[in-house]
Amino acid sequence: MRGTSSILPLLVEGLVFEAGGRRLVDAPSFALPAGGVTAIVGPNGAGKSLLLRLCHGLLTQTSGQIRWGGDDGRIAGRKRHAMVFQRPVMLRRSARANIAHALAATRAPNASAMIEAALARFGLADLADRSARLLSGGEQQRLAIARAWALSPEVLFLDEPTSQLDPGATRQIEALIASLAKDGMTIVMATHDLGQARRLSQRVLFLNRGCLVEDAETSIFFTAPASPEARAFIAGELLW
Amino acid sequence: MDVANAFSAAFGLIIGFDPQFLGIVGLSLSVTLTAVIIAAVAGMPLGAWLALTRFPGRSALIVFVNGLMGLPPVVAGLLVFLVLSRSGPLGWLGWLFTPAAMVIAQTVLVLPIIVALTRSTIEDLWSEYREHLISLDQTGLRAVPTLLWDGRIALATGLLAGFGRASAEVGAVLIVGGNIASYTRTMTTSIALETSKGDLPLALGLGIVLIALTLAINAFTFAASRVGAQYAG
Repeated sequence: MRGTSSILPLLVEGLVFEAGGRRLVDAPSFALPAGGVTAIVGPNGAGKSLLLRLCHGLLTQTSGQIRWGGDDGRIAGRKRHAMVFQRPVMLRRSARANIAHALAATRAPNASAMIEAALARFGLADLADRSARLLSGGEQQRLAIARAWALSPEVLFLDEPTSQLDPGATRQIEALIASLAKDGMTIVMATHDLGQARRLSQRVLFLNRGCLVEDAETSIFFTAPASPEARAFIAGELLW
Repeated sequence: MDVANAFSAAFGLIIGFDPQFLGIVGLSLSVTLTAVIIAAVAGMPLGAWLALTRFPGRSALIVFVNGLMGLPPVVAGLLVFLVLSRSGPLGWLGWLFTPAAMVIAQTVLVLPIIVALTRSTIEDLWSEYREHLISLDQTGLRAVPTLLWDGRIALATGLLAGFGRASAEVGAVLIVGGNIASYTRTMTTSIALETSKGDLPLALGLGIVLIALTLAINAFTFAASRVGAQYAG
């Protein structure tokens, strides 16, 4: 922990989210220290995306706590966690203007330098002036990650970042995620792709019906799952 | 005068830059443009607000605004006439039978188009952008500039539609303007008057200008949708 200069660790305690009389997130508790890739896995409807949205502040929990360091996930007024969605939200502007908009909206300093850095780092320089919505699926997801990266977050939430992509684009995005983690960014990703969780993550949070059933190192989760649900889920990989 | 002669005389008026003719065209354009600008300045924020807020009666208000898009211009003229007439609430302004009254009447006609179109455009964009914008702390009214800018093509099309409706209507401006020569006489009211008087060249000349205007508006709209397609994907 780096005192008030970091928003980590994130502490989640007894988090509950209910909608329409149904309990969709059922009291998971965990701590998220700085660094590494954490994969949130589980069957459809397990509450993976909801958990990310709750942590990122897009949804408000019914009860329980989400405790960020700093000033509730902010440092000097700027939010230090960002999120990339399953279907990237592309504004009706050029690729460059999409990044510029995010920086302007969050009043980020050195915006023009960050824009160029983001375009260069994510291989988007040649596409910078193209309309973002006319880019391919893989290029759009790359732009969405570049846009989030430009905000210099400590924590990046990724919701099924490759579920809409072909294998080539998936490999590219996975390489990007690995490089971000290597730079020290803390990554939390929901994925239904167990291979991806195995390739990228060091830690797995296994959710089932909103409950956090298992919280383990990735190698342990896949070789010696503790719970019958996790064993069934891993064994049934091909069914999903 | 036969129709062929009327056509050649009409073209003579257009090509010869007849001062009376130009005065009528100029007044029409300035009244309509002013009305569209006022309606845009008032209507876009109103439409955006309607798109992003939730309150009891909101659906009824949306239905009402959508319904006003079909308001018969003559009725709009009558309402503005009542408000501006000497015994009406704004009678003290002395605006009846002035260009200002015509601007108000046309604003009343254009405003619902712009409010309704802005509302639906912004609402669609918000449902698509919502999570991204909340993630960037752009919530509530702070999201409006982003949404208006990204809806710019649809909104421009709405402005053109409003311009088309206002420039082509005759009933409202006739009632509140009074069709006073070289003061409140517009293209449409002139056409109605000159045709009934039998002065076909002037009526035809103005008719040709109106048709050209309509074509130009449609060409703009078409071009705008093409440009929009480049961005909307």
